[in-house]
Amino acid sequence: MNQEVKLMKGNEAIAHAAIRYGVDGYFGYPITPQSEVLETLEAEMPWETTGMVVLQAESEIASINMVYGGAATGKAVMTSSSSPGISLMQEGISYLAASELPALIVNVMRGGPGLGTIHPSQSDYFQATKGGGHGDYHLIVLAPATVQEMADFVGLGFDLAFKYRTPAMILADGIVGQMMEKVVLPEPRPRRTEEEIARQCPWAATGHSHGRKPNVVTSLELDSALMEKNNERFQRTYREIEKNEVRYESYHTEDAEYLIVAFGTVARICLKAIEDARAEGIKVGLIRPITLWPFPYDAIAEASKTCKGILVTELNAGQMIEDVRLAVGRNMNVRHFGRMGGIVPNPSEILSALKKELIGE
Amino acid sequence: MKQEDIICPENRVYAKPRLLNDNTMHYCPGCSHGVVHRIIAEILDEEGYADNTVGVAPVGCAVFAYKYIDVDWVEAAHGRAPALATAIKRLNPDRLVFTYQGDGDLAAIGTGETIHAANRAENITIIFINNGIYGMTGGQMAPTTLEGMKTATTPYGRRIDLNGYPLNISELLAKLDGTCYVTRQSVDTPAAVKKAKKAIAQAFANSMAGRGTSVVEILGTCASGWKMSPHDANLWMREHMGEHYQLGDLKNEVKQ
Repeated sequence: MNQEVKLMKGNEAIAHAAIRYGVDGYFGYPITPQSEVLETLEAEMPWETTGMVVLQAESEIASINMVYGGAATGKAVMTSSSSPGISLMQEGISYLAASELPALIVNVMRGGPGLGTIHPSQSDYFQATKGGGHGDYHLIVLAPATVQEMADFVGLGFDLAFKYRTPAMILADGIVGQMMEKVVLPEPRPRRTEEEIARQCPWAATGHSHGRKPNVVTSLELDSALMEKNNERFQRTYREIEKNEVRYESYHTEDAEYLIVAFGTVARICLKAIEDARAEGIKVGLIRPITLWPFPYDAIAEASKTCKGILVTELNAGQMIEDVRLAVGRNMNVRHFGRMGGIVPNPSEILSALKKELIGE
Repeated sequence: MKQEDIICPENRVYAKPRLLNDNTMHYCPGCSHGVVHRIIAEILDEEGYADNTVGVAPVGCAVFAYKYIDVDWVEAAHGRAPALATAIKRLNPDRLVFTYQGDGDLAAIGTGETIHAANRAENITIIFINNGIYGMTGGQMAPTTLEGMKTATTPYGRRIDLNGYPLNISELLAKLDGTCYVTRQSVDTPAAVKKAKKAIAQAFANSMAGRGTSVVEILGTCASGWKMSPHDANLWMREHMGEHYQLGDLKNEVKQ
């Protein structure tokens, strides 16, 4: 197959993939390390080609509420930001989830808490996978490890968001946002027509009622009995997602005596550590969760059966480790190795940590 | 003359607008929201917008506006209606898109979204009900509460040294290049209702013609929050609110 291979940053890949997927609107606010998404879109001027709307909003709060408004009309709309900006968006994300609206939110994580650092981090795992905003809801959370996945997950994120009528998030670390790699962009496809949107999203407040009853998009329900019913409906959707959409990759788990669980680019650094470990005769395998929610509990439980211990490697103080512990129970030795503040570990640090924590060397 | 001779279609002077449905309104007796809802429903029907409109409801007393006027609606988070409307209009440029917001929603928590939507000249209409109080949450101070006015959070009257000044946000919006029409109306008399209706119709026409942002502020009453009878609230509104917030066009760049 004759595919065009390009070299670009992960953030740029997000922008190009969005145009090619046929996204209707992007609304964003500059913040390091993801400003290239908005910059690339403004430079590409997709409103001249596909008709995609691109707008620099006055804040992340406005951005996410523009996404909420656009999504309510059935359009494919997205935003991107980095950790402090995503914190500002949490109210709007909760509204999206509660109004059962499809949308895509990209978080290219930087180190926190607070203004923190502009350097890479994975410290928004809890925020992304456990709710973030108020109320009982989940996002579908995709964790790319490559620039290729940055491009691919735009389409995957929208497909899942529309399939389940729920917002999806690409949770990328600052490394994959800034890193340049080879990427094959998805084939361009046209934006959906008004008729296609009306068919796909009969609930949308398009303004064109054509004789149907008015559509109202709201998260408000003051009748407790009905509000509980709404919550039960959301939870049924989440159970369906958990059943159908768990995604992960495993490497060398067949004969592994030790397991590393890592997501995003950290998983790639761990691969090198695993190569070095195996050269020393230590049989280590890796599971890389691709969906952080729904989390691959079963896959980790299965892979751990032959293992003596698990090292969870993250760019944080230990967040995903809680889900790994839930997966394997209390009898498994589950330890954490993490760097914080924007520091990225090298393979030898990870191997040393594995030896120290799991083998006692 | 028999009753049947009087109650007949030829003698009808008023009917409930087609788009105003039969849901029981939650508004208090004497509240201005009901009148403004009726005007909007009339215009949407009369001007042929019924099948081409998305309304954006606020958080505040008008949070349930979508229950009463039969067009498509989106219910915004508190203060964010102009951000929603921005995206709805840009993604659906041939629709009439309007927000309906109270003073807390528009001039306190949503000041940023309001000013920036207007400054971008979004082709939307902002209907702004200013009654100088937070009705829904039980009568607390609003940014537009007058000096000396007693509310649940200014029990001894609003003090400038503590609470700052009543915010004339429409005057501020009129100064922005992005607005084409900013007007302040009321609905306390039949004549005022007619003028307010004309203003909203003008604003809607501006939005459809792509002239920039139109803002129709309506001085409203909150008989419950003000702790007055509906009649007294109307008189108090004109005398006190009307003194600080002068009625009339603040900006009209659309020559008739």
